[in-house]
Amino acid sequence: MKKFWAIITVLLILFFLGSGLIPDLKIYKQNNLSQKTGKVYLNRTVNDDSPFKEIDKKLYGEANDVENNAANSVTSVIVDYRALDTLGEVTVLFLAITGVIALLGKSKKNNRILFEKPNYILNASSKILLPLIVLFGFYIFIHGHITPGGGFQGGTIVAASVLMMYFAQNNYKLKNNRMKVLESFSGLSFLIFGLLGIFIMGDFLQNFLELGIMGKLFSGGLIPIIYILVGLKVSAELSNVVYEFMGEE
Amino acid sequence: MNSLYIASIFIFVVFVLSILAIESKNILKSILFLSAASIFTAIIFVVWKAPDVAMTEAAIGAGFTTFLFFIAYFKVDKLEKEN
Repeated sequence: MKKFWAIITVLLILFFLGSGLIPDLKIYKQNNLSQKTGKVYLNRTVNDDSPFKEIDKKLYGEANDVENNAANSVTSVIVDYRALDTLGEVTVLFLAITGVIALLGKSKKNNRILFEKPNYILNASSKILLPLIVLFGFYIFIHGHITPGGGFQGGTIVAASVLMMYFAQNNYKLKNNRMKVLESFSGLSFLIFGLLGIFIMGDFLQNFLELGIMGKLFSGGLIPIIYILVGLKVSAELSNVVYEFMGEE
Repeated sequence: MNSLYIASIFIFVVFVLSILAIESKNILKSILFLSAASIFTAIIFVVWKAPDVAMTEAAIGAGFTTFLFFIAYFKVDKLEKEN
């Protein structure tokens, strides 16, 4: 019976997704809907040969308004227009991790998961890979306004390096108190930057820095600063989750 | 080739992997099928020009949660052996 319902559900979902394969209906073609929003947004490029140059001015090396100043336009939505939503998202993650620590933090002594003698190659190469993975994570969230990715992705990659160390070495221990300090610091700074927006410009989390030239690292006003703080917060939180899950000796 | 056709192939793969994850009796196999489904979902997001979401899916869905599931599985196994 379970299989039957699974197959029915799959067929239904395939039907709804497959309806996109049917050529455009007439009424939509008259309205030219895809030209209006979706295609313009999806085919956004920052080079000179953009097919929607007239509608959507967005070029490297030119200063623009707030919306177009981050080369990665998703970032300008997440951290500029909807920065309050991002604050809520970070809070949700924080609450989830508080729950994990409340559940697992009690029985912390002598419950470390130990694997049978990690391989020598794994043991040696993990020490070489750790700085590279951390560097890559930092690169992703520092360049969040230029290339795809941002605080959440980069933070997860940094936390994955801690996970790798726990799997590769039986005597590795995360200094979790430093992680807690880092997390509180970055969360607090996020709020302070939001309040500075009220005092300087008049609205919460409003941009008050210079926009700079698009494509440069120091551009986009508040966007890179807030994304770096989010990245630090997420990486500290998820490292703490790994620490709580693996236990202590 | 239209990106919708490419994506629909991957969507079918994701469906098959999800059903295998539900139906398989071994928990470890089920976790691995879930991870594989996440990777193919990330490919779909790349085809549909959403690299930000694809990175999240690959890092959290395929990487991080898989290992958290593994650790939870080992922990439960250890607790059962102790009792």
